[in-house]
Amino acid sequence: MRSALAVLTVVAALVAFWYAACVPMNIRGTLVEVERAGAQVVPPGAAQRRGMGAWGLIARNGFAVPATWAQERPRLPAPHQVAVELWNTTAMKKITSKRSLVFHGWVTLSATLLGFVIGTGLGILLAVGIVHSRVMDMSVMPWAIVSQTIPIIALAPMIIVVMYSVGVQGIVPKAVISAYLSFFPVVVGMVKGLRSPDAMQLDLLRTYNASNAQGFWKLRLPASMPYLFASLKIGIAASLVGAIVGELPTGAVAGLGARLLAGSYYGQTVQIWSALFAAAILAAALVGLLGLIERVTLRRMGMA
Amino acid sequence: MTRTSPVIEAEGLDLTFQTNDGPVHALKDVSLTIGKGDFVSFIGPSGCGKTTFLRVMAALEQPTGGSVTVNGMTPDEARRSRAYGYVFQAAGLYPWRTIAGNIRLPLEIMGFSRKEQDRRVKDVLQLVDLEGFGGKYPWQLSGGMQQRASIARALSFDADILLMDEPFGALDEIVRDHLNEQLLALWKRTGKTIAFVTHSIPEAVYLSTHIVVMSPRPGRITDVIESPLPQDRPLDIRDTAGFLEVAHRVREGLRAGQSHDD
Repeated sequence: MRSALAVLTVVAALVAFWYAACVPMNIRGTLVEVERAGAQVVPPGAAQRRGMGAWGLIARNGFAVPATWAQERPRLPAPHQVAVELWNTTAMKKITSKRSLVFHGWVTLSATLLGFVIGTGLGILLAVGIVHSRVMDMSVMPWAIVSQTIPIIALAPMIIVVMYSVGVQGIVPKAVISAYLSFFPVVVGMVKGLRSPDAMQLDLLRTYNASNAQGFWKLRLPASMPYLFASLKIGIAASLVGAIVGELPTGAVAGLGARLLAGSYYGQTVQIWSALFAAAILAAALVGLLGLIERVTLRRMGMA
Repeated sequence: MTRTSPVIEAEGLDLTFQTNDGPVHALKDVSLTIGKGDFVSFIGPSGCGKTTFLRVMAALEQPTGGSVTVNGMTPDEARRSRAYGYVFQAAGLYPWRTIAGNIRLPLEIMGFSRKEQDRRVKDVLQLVDLEGFGGKYPWQLSGGMQQRASIARALSFDADILLMDEPFGALDEIVRDHLNEQLLALWKRTGKTIAFVTHSIPEAVYLSTHIVVMSPRPGRITDVIESPLPQDRPLDIRDTAGFLEVAHRVREGLRAGQSHDD
């Protein structure tokens, strides 16, 4: 109960801060609108107000404050505006509609999941190779690290253009970008996990004259499970980011990335924010789902 | 030592580790014969090479000089033919396997049939007094029970030799007494050859037919004591004059080794 209260307090504080921030962010636009609607604004005329600070305008035009939370195209939409938009574009729309966030969310999610599967598979394979081969450890690991230092926003258009030129488009290029981001945490986590058995455990297998393959399946792989799940949680979030970034440079018409882009083209800040929140909720759901699978798996393995 | 069938024979064994602080002479000119069915304890201060010697027998370390045979083979051949079971200081059970699953591990690796696995798991669980605990996970067992399970694991494939590296070192005195008694009974029943590293004098005297006293820098054997104690050893034998005499001799041996470099 106490912790619930603390959590709610933090949430309330954030929401309050958000509402407060809307006022100075939106005051200029709001004053233009209310003036046009016939209200008395001090000082009158947008040109007069240009040199004034936001706080000064608020102090002289207190009546306009509620209107800063109800603009059509605010600089910063108020929380309830985002919530209403989210509700309208999910629950109130058919999921086949081009305006439904469920539809756009699914487009992004499918690329995310495909990329996540590819990235995880690749990551595990690389980790197995790195753990078993010193040559791979020295030749692959540096490249894996370098690959993550390149900003994905610079790389994504190239991947899409290159793949388009060889006739691949649609979900696959986005999934490749997702995989590019998600394989790395899996490699790092799995290398650590596969190396987690201590010298004594390895000596024990040696006294049994166990083969490398037996050591892998019976000791290294099960021992790496907690590390794998930690990596998967990072990987799935990175995958989602990858899929969204993959939708930006193509001018894609569908997906959360496309909603973000379209929103910024047309100044639809409410749409941008609701797409952002949809992405955040999706990521939280995916990480939560993995956490659930982790708990069940590790409990069944007797490790949690 | 004159015994009929030697199981482990070491002759002029040398082992030097190359470390960053220069070479460490872990074993110097170690010669020892262990006969079939012997219970041999290795005792000495840390750094005397007792664990290293055990690891050489198990082919976990390569000697830099001298020779050692296990069952007439090189240690590595003996390892390949699975001639020994090794018990470490920590139980080292896999947390994701049940006790039965842990004991089954070497049997799976060695390719025993499923039916044979089940039979052997049942047998060794009985041998270490853990019947009914096969389905439990390691964390559900006490430290002493975990160590018993690890002994059962080493016994499961029925090697003639048991190499034990301070298996009860991390346990408290009361549990250790109990396990010593059980180990002795198990040794008598199975007739295995046991090499046992310890740093407890009462433990070494209570368990062994032969006590090998070692001293450090360089690791070497300073005394081999053949125990005059009878085969049947209840725990209270430790209060008898015969026991105390052997313990005294071990202590003397340890002291003699230490005065060497103090």
